[in-house]
Amino acid sequence: MTTRILLTILQILMAPVIAPLCVGIIRKGKAFMQNRKGASIFQPYRDIAKLMHKDEVIAHEASWIFRAAPYIVFVATLSAAAAVPIISGVGTLWPLGDIVMVVYLLALATFFLALAGLDVGTAFGGTGASREMTMAALAEGGMMTVVLSVVTVAHSANITDITSIISQANFFTIAPLFLAFAAFIIVLLCENARYPFDNPATHLELTMIHEAMILEYSGKRLALMEWAASIKLFLFIALAINLFFPWGIATTLTFSALLVGIAVFAIKALVMLFVITFVESWMPKLRFFRLPDLLFTAIVMAAISILITVL
Amino acid sequence: MSAQFLYTITLIFFGAGALGAALLYTQGRYAHYWAHGFVMIASVSALLTGVSVLKQGVPVQFNLLPLKGITIPFLVSIDAFSAVFMMLIAVLTFCASWYGLAYMKHYEGRYSLARFGVWYAIFTASLVGVVSTQSIFTFLWWWEVMSLSSYFLVTYDYRDEKNMHAGTLYLVMTQIGTACIAAAMLLMALSTGALDFASIGSVSANLTGWFPHLVFALFLIGFGIKAGIIPLHVWLPEAHPAAPSHVSALMSGVMIKLAIYMLVRVMFEILPFFHLWWGIIIVIIGAVSALLGVLYALTEHDMKRLLAYHSVENIGIILLGVGSAVMFKSMGFDALALLALVAGVFHTVNHALFKSLLFLGSGAVFFKTHTRDIEKYGGLIKHMPWTAALFLVGAVAISGLPPFNGFASEWLTFQTMFAGVAVGLGMKVQFLWIGATVALALTSGLAAACFVKAFGVTFLGKPRTKEAKSATEVPFTMIGPMLVLAVLCLMFGVFASSSVIPYLSAVLQNFALATSITSWPTLASMPTPWAFELSNLWAFVILLALGVLTVLFVRVWGGKRKVTRNIPWDCGVDLTPRMEISASSFSRSLITMFKGILRPTKQTEIAYHDSEMRYFVSSHTVNLHLHDVYAVYLYRPISRFVLWGSGRVKRIQSGVLNAYILYIVIAVIILLVVALR
Repeated sequence: MTTRILLTILQILMAPVIAPLCVGIIRKGKAFMQNRKGASIFQPYRDIAKLMHKDEVIAHEASWIFRAAPYIVFVATLSAAAAVPIISGVGTLWPLGDIVMVVYLLALATFFLALAGLDVGTAFGGTGASREMTMAALAEGGMMTVVLSVVTVAHSANITDITSIISQANFFTIAPLFLAFAAFIIVLLCENARYPFDNPATHLELTMIHEAMILEYSGKRLALMEWAASIKLFLFIALAINLFFPWGIATTLTFSALLVGIAVFAIKALVMLFVITFVESWMPKLRFFRLPDLLFTAIVMAAISILITVL
Repeated sequence: MSAQFLYTITLIFFGAGALGAALLYTQGRYAHYWAHGFVMIASVSALLTGVSVLKQGVPVQFNLLPLKGITIPFLVSIDAFSAVFMMLIAVLTFCASWYGLAYMKHYEGRYSLARFGVWYAIFTASLVGVVSTQSIFTFLWWWEVMSLSSYFLVTYDYRDEKNMHAGTLYLVMTQIGTACIAAAMLLMALSTGALDFASIGSVSANLTGWFPHLVFALFLIGFGIKAGIIPLHVWLPEAHPAAPSHVSALMSGVMIKLAIYMLVRVMFEILPFFHLWWGIIIVIIGAVSALLGVLYALTEHDMKRLLAYHSVENIGIILLGVGSAVMFKSMGFDALALLALVAGVFHTVNHALFKSLLFLGSGAVFFKTHTRDIEKYGGLIKHMPWTAALFLVGAVAISGLPPFNGFASEWLTFQTMFAGVAVGLGMKVQFLWIGATVALALTSGLAAACFVKAFGVTFLGKPRTKEAKSATEVPFTMIGPMLVLAVLCLMFGVFASSSVIPYLSAVLQNFALATSITSWPTLASMPTPWAFELSNLWAFVILLALGVLTVLFVRVWGGKRKVTRNIPWDCGVDLTPRMEISASSFSRSLITMFKGILRPTKQTEIAYHDSEMRYFVSSHTVNLHLHDVYAVYLYRPISRFVLWGSGRVKRIQSGVLNAYILYIVIAVIILLVVALR
């Protein structure tokens, strides 16, 4: 029991602790691809710590929605992230294990993020909110179709169950999931405001979606927003790894199994981060009205994967 | 007190409300308080009736008017399923009447409050009446009373030409619906010889051939019109905005739900055939209504029309559950059928709660700003903090976000579809459920987008007009009922898995499936076990606990920091409300993406100062509309055909007396021949 409680606490803390590192690694990787030296991979931690100690300026028009939104976004993202198994497919006590619940907790975060964008009454915030909700609505279709494809294979909607079932299934049972995985990568890029959907490094009005909504934030609240965004990225990477390639995840609660789990997860996460870095450095950003094509492609790919499974 | 006594006094209270308001016709304000007061008392007693029926555990049946010489008895029959709906109606009617006490001040002096009171009491009584009978004649009586009294409430604000038009459209549609329902019920009565739902159902299994399909089609059209399925939804966005807001809340929250209630009765009691195709048709209608309903809602910037289109959407989601239940039942999966039916009925209850809340909230805004156009709102959260917070609860609930009730039932619907796809029941139905899952996911995403728009443009940002700037909070009489509904939205979400879903499944399994399913919700009876659990309560607790922890953590880590207020980044010019995003532009990108379905039109008018040279623009107007496909391809051809037909028939109306005498003679001869044969 003690092990399980410790594991659950570890599970809650791991996402916020590791997440900024993922952002740092992607930035470093992009700098490398662009022949720059780039900041240290620990820079996102320093940014968060710095922002936490700064004074804040809030727009006159902002209401309590603007002030509460960073906390809601952070908490909703964190409670979703804690549900995703990272190093162990068994033993966690976190009660929010249902995969639909995880998707909709993220939707809750998006909802308040968009409201915060509208709250300050600037053109930037509103445009960002409009674009974000447009993308989020279509991405939700893609996401739920992907969810349905893994659920169809695993016969369970509980993430931990799915992970352990897929890690033990034979190759031909889960082969159709590779299509769903491709769809999931598209959703991942969209939900995390990455290329080709959004440019996380710009503040140009033509391109930005996510950054436009948090433009008026400063200080602690900006830190929370940035942190939540990195947790969301981490969550999607963990989902990509443990829904589709959970091999090596701990299936018993022994110390050695957990150590192997950590190592395997770290390697797979690095590969995923490299994929994202590569996509970001190699693809151009698509025009906004081309993006639905990509998301509908994701829906279709996931649907085909379901059909192959059930046939 | 027995349920029979409680039910009788409920109707007496309703009657006293209507009659008293009619007698006080000259004293508008007193009539208004009288009617609303009595409706509130009656709804308390209706609630108690429901509770007492459920407590007894057996259906209550009696003759309301046991008089000699009345050959068709006025039968009352309340089983557990109707008791659940009666309680729902009672709660919503209570809240709406409480709200109406203050809201109707808006109309005072311009329209007769007594007239409103009379029709309001009759309308609310008919809502209770519809769910408390199983005899076809009594049912048709209440159903028609409901349709007619709501017509008079829709056209209450009769000086507005548009409201009269909406009322006429509503009346025509609802009469077509009633005609279909009456035809279906009478056909069933004729062929089975029984006059109440249960006895019809017990013998209807003998029917064969095309006859049951015809009856099913008639029922589907009849109740479909009332429920507002696409393409029969056209009256909904017209009639809901026309009525006063608390009536819209009741129409959208309860009246259209009664069509769902009856459809469930039809599918599981009157016509218990469980043809696979019937379920498939209902699911397809549900998916189409859900997706198109929310897309149309996105294009709206009239608050109440927007909410009305969301009713179409939610009816679609409900039908996904109900249709799936029929499909599962037809394939012999009782446990899954129960799961699907609970999903549908649970969403019906939830939608009633949050949609009423949203309509009351929009009414509060209308009460202060006197416009329904959300482009004219803005920044209301500062002037109407309570209304804003309660509307937000409704918006989060309808968008299907945890831990509120909308999420609980959408989650259940998702699980139904997942189960349908995963357990492998045949290609045809699996295709259907995959499509329905995609439709449901897109729907709930688009609904969230639409409510970010509706809430954000209304309550956040800068006020766009003088009215919005000078708005003040509404009185407690209007806040109170919204607060009750908001708390119920939260409770039905948080306690969904521990109380609501088990309770509904107990009621529905006795009513609809007549088999006892003990292994729910693990559903071990399935070909492959299917495990899931809804953890809404945990979500609520965890969100709260982590929220508190985060606030403390941030405070401890960063210390106390100064927060100053300043103007946001304005690029060096003064920010005005005109620079904010508007409701139309918020959803413009989604409309462009779905332009193949929505078919938007754009008209640009430019006036120039120098009309010859055309250099200096004096005004620039853009009109954004939708191509009304339903009118062009469905309703106008039908109406043209009807007019053409009546034009033909008109030819026999020559106006010559001799001709009419000839018609009478011919009719008499035909009758004689028929009679003597």
